[in-house]
Amino acid sequence: MKTLADLKKIREKAQEEMKFRGGNVRIKIVVGMGTSGIAMGAREVMKTFLEEISNRNLTDVLVTQTGEKGLSSMEPVVDVIEDGKAKITYGNMNPDKVKKVVVEHIVNGRTVSDYVVATGD
Amino acid sequence: MSLKRIDLLICCGSGCVSAGALKIKERFHEVLNEKGISNEINIIETGCMGPCDYGPVMVIYPEGIFYKAVTPEDVSEIVENHFIKGRPVQRLMLHDEEKTFAAQKDVPFYQKQVKVALENCGYIDPESLDEYIATGGYEALGTVLTTMTPQQAIDVIKESGLRGRGGGGFPTHAKWQMVHDAKSDEKYIICNGDEGDPGAFMDRSILEGDPHRILEGMMIAAYAIGATSGFFYIRAEYPLAIKRIKHAIEQAKAMGLMGESVFDSKFSFDAEVRTGAGAFVCGEETALIHSIEGMRGNPSPKPPYPSTSGLWGKPTVVNNVETFANVPSIFVKGAKWFASMGTELSKGTKVFALTGDIRNTGLVEVPMGITLRELIFDVGGGIIGGRKFKAVQLGGPSGGCLTIEHLDVGVDYESLKARGAMMGSGGVIVMNDQNCMVNIAKYFMDFCVDESCGKCSPCRIGLKQMYDILERIVHGYGKIGDIEELQRLGEAVSRLSLCGLGQSAPNPVLSTIRYFRDEYEAHIRDHSCSTKVCLALMHFDIDKDNCIGCSLCARKCPVNCITGSREEKYTIHQLDCVKCGNCQDVCPVKAVNRVPGMHPEEKTKRDTLKKQHPHED
Amino acid sequence: MYKEICKKYSPDKDNLIYILHDIQDTHPQHYISEEAVEVIAEYLGVPANHIYGVITFYSMYSTSPRGRNIIRLCESPPCYIKGSENILRKMKIMLGVETGGTSKDGLFTLELCACLGVCGNAPVMMVNNDVYGDLTEDKVEEIVEKIRRGN
Repeated sequence: MKTLADLKKIREKAQEEMKFRGGNVRIKIVVGMGTSGIAMGAREVMKTFLEEISNRNLTDVLVTQTGEKGLSSMEPVVDVIEDGKAKITYGNMNPDKVKKVVVEHIVNGRTVSDYVVATGD
Repeated sequence: MSLKRIDLLICCGSGCVSAGALKIKERFHEVLNEKGISNEINIIETGCMGPCDYGPVMVIYPEGIFYKAVTPEDVSEIVENHFIKGRPVQRLMLHDEEKTFAAQKDVPFYQKQVKVALENCGYIDPESLDEYIATGGYEALGTVLTTMTPQQAIDVIKESGLRGRGGGGFPTHAKWQMVHDAKSDEKYIICNGDEGDPGAFMDRSILEGDPHRILEGMMIAAYAIGATSGFFYIRAEYPLAIKRIKHAIEQAKAMGLMGESVFDSKFSFDAEVRTGAGAFVCGEETALIHSIEGMRGNPSPKPPYPSTSGLWGKPTVVNNVETFANVPSIFVKGAKWFASMGTELSKGTKVFALTGDIRNTGLVEVPMGITLRELIFDVGGGIIGGRKFKAVQLGGPSGGCLTIEHLDVGVDYESLKARGAMMGSGGVIVMNDQNCMVNIAKYFMDFCVDESCGKCSPCRIGLKQMYDILERIVHGYGKIGDIEELQRLGEAVSRLSLCGLGQSAPNPVLSTIRYFRDEYEAHIRDHSCSTKVCLALMHFDIDKDNCIGCSLCARKCPVNCITGSREEKYTIHQLDCVKCGNCQDVCPVKAVNRVPGMHPEEKTKRDTLKKQHPHED
Repeated sequence: MYKEICKKYSPDKDNLIYILHDIQDTHPQHYISEEAVEVIAEYLGVPANHIYGVITFYSMYSTSPRGRNIIRLCESPPCYIKGSENILRKMKIMLGVETGGTSKDGLFTLELCACLGVCGNAPVMMVNNDVYGDLTEDKVEEIVEKIRRGN
């Protein structure tokens, strides 16, 4: 890292990757892992997502983390991002709800409307 | 099937049955019988209707209205509103997707927000430097280091009008300028992450959610003032924030964004993380510096200010986390853009933490000058449970309470100060009409007494005296003249204390006296707490007309002060009652009530004691 | 063992706070003993009274033995408004202790603390380094039971 041009290169590469990290990611799940989220059980939510996804061998799903969105009253908060679709934000998640989201939304493509707290960016 | 007014088709497929459809059916029978309209309605069990996700589901003809996820509690509402009044229950209807989901851009919670400091919080992975760079990270630092002199960088901040976000609102460029101008072989930059205000958690969220942004802001400041090393002082209560900022520092070093000659410039920088060990006063800059030096976190008199003699006696800038978080955006989007938001004297946006009796608790970022009404009712969604708004405490224990009459006040440094409150770090504690203001003031005072470091007498002794008076008042031993005494002490403590903690600690008491004097007077003069919070100034009473003589309250009473029988109902012996509230909790018919005011028997007892011992207070 | 911990840090006075944290965290009873203070004083070359001054100033340090798990319940106004007093009462009954006390089995010490900064989910408590939010009386019972079983 020596110049602004170097930084720009890294940025462009990172933007590409951030979109969908390489070629085969169809869907990205982002769990809010700030202290508020963790205090409300985000670790369990994260764990359940990872378990469910590996149990089903879903190789085109990526699970990552982020900080707090500011929706304390709806923690744990999870975003589901699909290319070309509006982002879906699920709130007040727990392991049981995660299982349902995986079956309904991730596998079958149907949004679980009861848990949705917002859509779009 | 006889001809009836309404056909109610309840799905009894296996999905809905496991979700409790049979209970719902029973409940419908019960409620319809109660209301005496069971002969008007046909209840039909059907096979699976399909949307098992939403069970239990039901369809109601003739309209064909579909209800989902019905609980036994909803049944009486359906009967009451839909069957009797003909108004279907909107909240239970199954809408199609577009209608149920409010898009973020249409929700008031998001509409009024402008994200600057929180731009990436909740969007990027805080542990990934690449993601931060992808959103334009470190561009500001690169631009400053390669195209600006330190003085030019300070001028940009001056033009933006950025003021300290820790609460004081001191112009950031002025702090930087002083240290920039100071002659010294060594200068330091410190990030103040000792966020101790009750009800504030914006710094924690930014540190956890976007650590590189703070790092970048700090490095720009370091370049502007000529510092080569910096410290993050973060309170020990924030282990995750500490972990993430440490991680960010390591990543930046590995990428060459920190260390020797960053961006091939002459600028070298190193940062480390220091933690506290639980002391609110360490948020005060001189106390914080002592704490980093490994001493008790006692504040010291100013001057000398840290800008002339700070950490290890060297010129030092101490900026708050949120202040640093604004810096990169100012350089990327321009000082003019930043100054276009907010009010004339308070530029930019401010992050607020909404807490207390408010629906959308959490963090929001809004342009300065937004009215309290917009902040609490539009962004915050109003009071939870539909109760009445009573007061809002701004700026934590150093701020003050504002009331319903201030809802149209703009939230900026000067407007709040003029009304006895304070921006503080941005904690907004919203209170509904069930809160007793005297008790809340006592609570804040308790916090300040606990957290006073004890170095100066006005704060150490004065606050304790104020606390004792408040303690007396809530226990029903208030005297005429107490209010004036509190005001006198409060003003003395504010004027004479060494640091910001003592200078502002009386604010909650003074502002509640200012706006809720009647509550103080009722506590002192009438021995009555209208909100029934102060236990000494209320009593429990059993309503004989409603009491069914079941004896549950008497059996649950820990001091056996409730006697009676099925025939003569039950009575509480007030003098023995410890006001634990068990009787109220267990009463099946809600015959036990909280009544404002000390019970006459208790009053008589106290007066007698006073006569016997006239000199004891 | 205290000596080893000290040696992890350079003998500078400003490392005192970290050495104290480290010693307290490694001690099974989460406290700083007299013996430890003597060792630190010697290592840093500062008088013991200075170290006691620091220990007693900060609320996280303890000079008396505590339980294996430190429960710190927030007593700040946002938590109070949301009913932290009921949680405190429940805790006292459940653990059979007063504030600051350690349960008979030596598993828990119940302390009150200032704001933990998770006020959007009040009432809140911290058990060691884990934060739990939106507490209810049932929830704290569950959490305590879980930790008991884990031990």
